[in-house]
Amino acid sequence: MASVKEMKSVLFGPIFANNPIALQILGICSALAVTSKMSNTLVMCIALTVVVAFSNLFISIIRNHIPSSVRIIVMMTIIASLVIVVDEVLRAYAYEISRELSVFVGLIITNCIVMGRAEAYASKSTPFMSLLDGIGNGLGYSIVLLVVGFVRELFGSGSLFDVQIFQLASEGGWYEPVGLLLMPPSAFFIIGGFIWVLRTYRPEQVEPKE
Amino acid sequence: MEQYINLFIRAIFIENLALSFFLGMCTFLAVSKKVKTAFGLGVAVIVVLGISVPVNNLIYHNILAPGALAWAGFPDADLNFLRFLTFIGVIAALVQILEMTLDKYVPALYNALGIFLPLITVNCAIFGGVAFMVERDYNFGESVVYGIGSGVGWCLAIVALAAVREKLKYADVPDGLRGLGATFMSVGLIGLGFMSFAGVSL
Repeated sequence: MASVKEMKSVLFGPIFANNPIALQILGICSALAVTSKMSNTLVMCIALTVVVAFSNLFISIIRNHIPSSVRIIVMMTIIASLVIVVDEVLRAYAYEISRELSVFVGLIITNCIVMGRAEAYASKSTPFMSLLDGIGNGLGYSIVLLVVGFVRELFGSGSLFDVQIFQLASEGGWYEPVGLLLMPPSAFFIIGGFIWVLRTYRPEQVEPKE
Repeated sequence: MEQYINLFIRAIFIENLALSFFLGMCTFLAVSKKVKTAFGLGVAVIVVLGISVPVNNLIYHNILAPGALAWAGFPDADLNFLRFLTFIGVIAALVQILEMTLDKYVPALYNALGIFLPLITVNCAIFGGVAFMVERDYNFGESVVYGIGSGVGWCLAIVALAAVREKLKYADVPDGLRGLGATFMSVGLIGLGFMSFAGVSL
């Protein structure tokens, strides 16, 4: 059984030290478009964390029985089935949000974090550690998304989780919202800034000059 | 005819898969260091999107959609919940078949696209294109146009980014921003540029 220290590093490592988005360039694909509102962002984060944790767990359980030539297809099937479960649950209990997330829930299947972790970690490790690794990577992804969502909703529409924080000028208040932040390209600037801040605190992540 | 042209232009510029829906970002950022490789990948994406969107359209409308199995004697069947699994399977199979066909009959093209084809199975742009096709309820003709158009748009975006990155090598970027950070910012700027097409309609 792995030591407590090792479990901690597997669980918390991906959050800052080895963040899947900022360092491994994985999983940016589907998620940025959903970050213009905190509530959507949170649901997306939970959905992805659940999928990556359980796909890691299941793949790790059967890792010794999958022939390596068909492993990609087997992983895809497991991931796709999990995403179907998540999608159906969202449709049943959070229909409004599932409407707004539209195709992006389905796109968790092709999210490189899920596939990347299954291939790189779960296919070689014990089920419990894989589950932790999945949760850790889910959290690392969530923290970037939540930061982006926080900035975009607070400054773009002056609210958080649909609760008005800044009084908008159009409703007699003082805050003039930054419309740019609600548009898709703004997410790139915020993530670029996030990476900059992260790498200023952790200079070992700076890329060498070409 | 007019609506097809309109859809084509929209898919390329206004609803660009890479720049306004962030699809295919992983490969978009990873393979955009050189214009040449970026163009190879772009062409591969056009081909795969152009085939897989219409094929999945046929499968969806004839097998998966609610009531679509009426021709086989199951008017009440609703296989809608199987769609993610089916689409991803179809895309993976198509890429595999395409790879083998090219290898056999068009070796020159195979060598040019070779390494990119397997990458494309997990490219979110393909799956995203298929998912949008279902969500927006395109018919067969529209799905052909949409598949090719969105592929061209993605190709255009990645070539543009690669061109910018080739020049960016000579720039003096702050340490923390070098590489990935600066790339994100450039994608944001290209995205803003593409947004000026919004509202254009024929």
